[in-house]
Amino acid sequence: MADVTFIVDGKKLTAPAGTLLIDACRKAGIEIPAFCYYPGLSLQAACRMCLVRQEKVPKLQTACTTTVAEGQIFYTSTPEIEQARKAMIELLLGNHPLDCPVCDAGGECELQDMTFKYGAGESRMVDVKRHRDEQQWSPAVFYDRPRCILCYRCIRMCGEGMDVWALGIHNRGANSVIVPNDGHQLDCEQCGMCIDVCPVGALTSGTYRYKTRPWEMSHVSTVCTHCGDGCKVTLGVRSTAEGAEIVRADNRDKSGINGDFLCAKGRFSFDFVASADRLTEPLVRNAQGKLEPATWEHAIRVAARKLKEIRDARGGSAIGVIGSNRTTNEENYLLQKFARTVLTTNNIDHARSTDYAAFARALAGTEGKTASLRDIAAASAILLVGGNPTEEHPLLAWLLRTNVRLNRAKLYVANSQPIKLDRQAKATQRLPVGSYKDLAAFLVQGESDFSKALAAEESLVVIFGEEFRGDAAENLVAWGLKRGPNPDSVRFAYLGDYANSRGAADMGLFPDLLPGYVPVTAPGAFAEYANLPATPGKSMPQMLEAAAKGELGALLVVGADTVSRSSLDSAALKNTFVVVQDLFLTETAAVADVVLPAASLYEKSGTVTNTYGDIQMVRKAADRAGVKPDFEILVRLAGAMGVDVATLVPFSKRGTTGDLGQSRGAQAGEADRHAVWLEANGLEPKLSPFDPLAVFDEIARLVPGYTVDRINLFAGNDVHTEPRATPGFVPVGAIQSPSLVVPAHDTLFTSGTLGCYSTTLRQLEEHQSKELAKAAAD
Amino acid sequence: MSANSETLPVFSSALATRFDALVEKYPVKRSALVPMLLYAQDEVGYLSDAVIAEVARRIGITELEVRNVATYYSMLRFKPAGKFNIQVCTNIACMLRGGYEIYERFQQELGIGPKGVTPDGLFSLEEVECIGACCWAPAIQVNYDFHDELDPDLVPGILDQYRNPIQNKGKNA
Amino acid sequence: MPRLVSHPDEVKIVSSRFGKGAANIDRYLELGGYEAVRKCLAQGPEWIIEEMKASGLRGRGGAGFSTGMKWSFVPKQSAKPKYILVNGDESEPGTCKDHLIFLHDPHSIIEGAIIAGLAVGAKMGFIYLRGEYRYLIEIMERAVADAYERGFLGKNIFGSGNEFQVITQTGAGAYEVGEESALMESLEGKRGVPRIRPPFPAVVGLYGGPTVINNAETMANVPHIIRMGAAAYAAVGTPRNGGTRLFGISGHVERPGVYELPMGYNLKKMIYEVGGGVRGGRKLKAVVPGGSSTPVLLPEEIENLGMDFDQVGKAGSMLGSGGVVVIDDRTCMVEFALRTISFYQHESCGWCIPCREGTDWLKKSLTRFHAGFGTASDIDNIQYLAENMLGRTFCPLGDAAAMPTLGFVKKFRQEFEDHLNGKPCPYAREGVPQLTVV
Ligand SMILES: Cc1cc2nc3c(=O)[nH]c(=O)nc-3n(C[C@H](O)[C@H](O)[C@H](O)COP(=O)(O)O)c2cc1C
Ligand code: SF4
Ligand code: FES
Repeated sequence: MADVTFIVDGKKLTAPAGTLLIDACRKAGIEIPAFCYYPGLSLQAACRMCLVRQEKVPKLQTACTTTVAEGQIFYTSTPEIEQARKAMIELLLGNHPLDCPVCDAGGECELQDMTFKYGAGESRMVDVKRHRDEQQWSPAVFYDRPRCILCYRCIRMCGEGMDVWALGIHNRGANSVIVPNDGHQLDCEQCGMCIDVCPVGALTSGTYRYKTRPWEMSHVSTVCTHCGDGCKVTLGVRSTAEGAEIVRADNRDKSGINGDFLCAKGRFSFDFVASADRLTEPLVRNAQGKLEPATWEHAIRVAARKLKEIRDARGGSAIGVIGSNRTTNEENYLLQKFARTVLTTNNIDHARSTDYAAFARALAGTEGKTASLRDIAAASAILLVGGNPTEEHPLLAWLLRTNVRLNRAKLYVANSQPIKLDRQAKATQRLPVGSYKDLAAFLVQGESDFSKALAAEESLVVIFGEEFRGDAAENLVAWGLKRGPNPDSVRFAYLGDYANSRGAADMGLFPDLLPGYVPVTAPGAFAEYANLPATPGKSMPQMLEAAAKGELGALLVVGADTVSRSSLDSAALKNTFVVVQDLFLTETAAVADVVLPAASLYEKSGTVTNTYGDIQMVRKAADRAGVKPDFEILVRLAGAMGVDVATLVPFSKRGTTGDLGQSRGAQAGEADRHAVWLEANGLEPKLSPFDPLAVFDEIARLVPGYTVDRINLFAGNDVHTEPRATPGFVPVGAIQSPSLVVPAHDTLFTSGTLGCYSTTLRQLEEHQSKELAKAAAD
Repeated sequence: MSANSETLPVFSSALATRFDALVEKYPVKRSALVPMLLYAQDEVGYLSDAVIAEVARRIGITELEVRNVATYYSMLRFKPAGKFNIQVCTNIACMLRGGYEIYERFQQELGIGPKGVTPDGLFSLEEVECIGACCWAPAIQVNYDFHDELDPDLVPGILDQYRNPIQNKGKNA
Repeated sequence: MPRLVSHPDEVKIVSSRFGKGAANIDRYLELGGYEAVRKCLAQGPEWIIEEMKASGLRGRGGAGFSTGMKWSFVPKQSAKPKYILVNGDESEPGTCKDHLIFLHDPHSIIEGAIIAGLAVGAKMGFIYLRGEYRYLIEIMERAVADAYERGFLGKNIFGSGNEFQVITQTGAGAYEVGEESALMESLEGKRGVPRIRPPFPAVVGLYGGPTVINNAETMANVPHIIRMGAAAYAAVGTPRNGGTRLFGISGHVERPGVYELPMGYNLKKMIYEVGGGVRGGRKLKAVVPGGSSTPVLLPEEIENLGMDFDQVGKAGSMLGSGGVVVIDDRTCMVEFALRTISFYQHESCGWCIPCREGTDWLKKSLTRFHAGFGTASDIDNIQYLAENMLGRTFCPLGDAAAMPTLGFVKKFRQEFEDHLNGKPCPYAREGVPQLTVV
């Protein structure tokens, strides 16, 4: 809309006609207090904090509902307005318990802040306050009515934002209360968004309540370790005797691709980090066949000696390596480099949850055809095929819903069963079970209303997942690329599980593909790698088969529970020397010869790539005595095998003028900003081989698609990448073997092996299954 | 499902038929919600969980939504009242002409306090806001019957009317 | 059955059929019923709206907005259906006039709604009655059914090719639902919380369609205006205040009742002549002129007060819903203030802070104050609270609570102070329990 000019407090402002006055003012740095206004949610003009005076209008107006028009004149800080604000706070405090000293929100409470800023010094109210006991609605959500100011943000967030509608309001007037849908219990997705938007301490989190005060934590912005969407999450960390403990996860820093959003896993399921089951010292199998604690030096020495021995005696092909879907890009890159150049084997793979290689092959030769989450959030039309994002990709579901709600994007859903996102869909196409592979043909035919509507869309984002593998993925992409005359009109997103499944694929944890989907057989590929074996290695099932036959001498497993996931008889590994790096004594670790306790994603730095190809920085938040990041473990293993680690990790190569922190401020945030400056000036210190970012230059140089905007990345932003496969290069044979892809299909309350170690997640799952049983009994 | 109370119909067939027609009457089904709740309460006595669930089903909204609405309206209740619910207006016009005296007299006669129910379940008593009979104050409603221009001494007679309905047929309103 | 009263000064227009059995459709027809619609069908929409404007009819629901103007705001073209809404929620304490129209002359409301429909091009009307008026809803439903049977309602009303449907609806106990946008919410099966305005109902109302909402008395006046002619109707009242009004005189008067008097009728006369004077020959202490939300007036303020919207407004109060509540010299104004605010506290929908918290605090303070536990600062604080609610709430209910409170505190400050010194309530009636602190 056309810009209009209007005057606020004597300042001339310009904004598009129809902008809400409150937004226009805030943008111009004029503060308008508000409780009920929340960007992106419906307007309600209930709190009356945002009252302003408009010239020629008899009554005070709410800035949250007034739209600006040419020539209007407003006043926002006259004595009259100040009095109105003060009175509103006095009225609110009349029934407010003022238990700030014990309230979770104390220190980051909007009511507290506003009282300081606009409130009265003392209360005129002498009468008894209303009291109601606190209620627990679920393991995650508690409600304290006396603190509630009835801003309805929670109800709106739950309903409009989440499309869950689990919160309601009962009674009227001063007796009004917020009520969960089951009367006393919440039957919902347990996302905790209601807690997040609550401006006061009325809704509190089961994992955080009464634990600490906001100013006693440091806040570290990193990436969630659970699903493939990669939400940015702020971890509240407090130091403890054993290191540093995470006490809270939220999205205070709304700059991430997830904006406002976090799901139950991102918000509550960080407690696995502090699980009593965590491995905190290395274990080595003794002569009696028992795993017993050992020092790091000893464990590394045992593992390295044996690996070297087997390599030297039987060749690299006798060793297998299995990587992780949750470790960082740097770790994955280093792992394959270690496998290929130190162990000299192409026997490397990971538990593939989807067929990224097929996606890369399908897009070979194109550019700008993958959709980042930001593209999806802004797309005008989206085709969603298969899957159930609400359960498996909560952020994607949120972005689709929000895009439909606020921008009227058109969502098309093709699925073999009903999904919750059907409610937002403009059109749905039910597909016969097992017929996804025929979808492209159906769309090409173009006879149905559904295909016609898709063909008519100016631009389209096509989102699909593991239902499409090999040729099926290729056919769907081929249909999309031919759709419409505008070459820019289509983008694709491919869905996979886990925080860094995409990174594992991009970084070449494949027996036949190097990082960036470069075939190991490609002439001159990764020429600088010494000892790179020229033929493809064994896939994971092949390695396990070989092990069962006693043909695999050693197996290095990093962050994967191969035994339980492949339902392998653990006896099958009895003739193989097994080294496991993990957080827990998984079924695989239990049969290992050497177990090395690894740091979780929340305890290290690096980058991860979400399933859409958005790379983000991971920052170390928590600390646990005894564990080490996989990166460091690999470097130590290599070192112990006699390798010059500088050939693995090019540390100290570029940054010559190191800044060791002398000039950095004490706060993490400042250090982050400083790092950006250092990087920009070529001063980034890479003085340690254990610094995962030391390998990032090499990744950027060697891996097609990873030449990214580092400044932006290091500043904490998401940076998009896409596979740059050469047409005809990625072999189709391997990727079509169906047994290679085993999707996890985690739900809102499961998260692979990790989820089992999260007490909160288990409680939430139990709570929700009880609610489910109750609903079924009705 | 076994034949237990859950499978019994919540409403009489007459009311069910009436509701079938009611939801069809409006441009939007949900408009039937408030009348439905009130009529259901008239028949069942209060809004039981079963009533809420059945109304939600008929309108096609969640039980939470039904409760959000139901708890807003002061005539709707969630616990049984007496067979005859006596509502005494004490708002200004009635107060000026003795509304509180009437209220007090009912309490004495029935031996119950505000919001009380007599042990035989016949009467319940509550103070209500203005019922639109200010010019004929003080006024009360027994269920939906108005009794106006009252005086405390008329209270026993009113109670009698309801205790012995046959004798007093056609005398209401 | 509410007693009908009469007085020679009455000019019976809306009440002309009261007590004549006009709830029966044949009787209504005998008494000139449905003639106005036929006239309107012949004259067309523009003419109807012009007549309404010329009649000087102002809304009888409380705000006194020109009915003709309101109708003229409805857009001619609309993608969504338009609706007519009759507001029979009548819940303002002191008001019981619509009660009698529903009882004695339900067809006049139907006829008014049909005419409104013809004027703005609406094909459907709703008549919303408060839930407590169950017996009146039954009367109304009977009347609607009869009108359908005669072809006065339906797809082809009066054989004219025009469609008009009517649905009667019940509330379930909520004063706030009388507010026009809250009423629409209620009618849509939701909590009675008002809507953000703009957009106004004439543009976006019920089910999102343009909607005319009028009070039942306003609607019942419409056929009479059409029949007698706008000019004749206007001539009955004062400038800019056409016609008559149903005044409900209640409280301490000898002959309480609903009287139809010309707009601008003198209030003192209304109390002393029409209402028969203060009961038992006592002295007049105060009068609430237009329902409980209108600020109280002192005897000296009503000497020359003509009861129309403009004059009462000038006197610092409002004509409101026409409920005149007369208060004698033995009444405790603190108790009266408390009872008034208790009502608004009970009825606040709870949406906005100033009304929800303000009414709650006022009630708490006044309860304690009246019970004899007041402090010197309470009086100022009560005034402060009310002043800070005024004009800042989401809908006028907050004002409806604040305005009378300010009136009581300002005009009866001495009485409040007396409560602090000595007996809790200087006017305590014997045998009447004191309200206890909640
Ligand atoms: C809190 C509140 C309660 C109201 N209650 C009623 C009511 O019970 N009956 C009524 O006709 N108007 C009531 N009104 C006025 C209506 O909002 C509306 O102005 C009126 O129905 C319009 O009709 P009129 O123009 O014919 O007066 C109320 C307004 C407010 C703010
Ligand atoms: S003033 Fe506010 S709380 Fe009161 S009734 Fe209106 S919207 Fe509801
Ligand atoms: S932000 Fe405008 S009223 Fe709450």
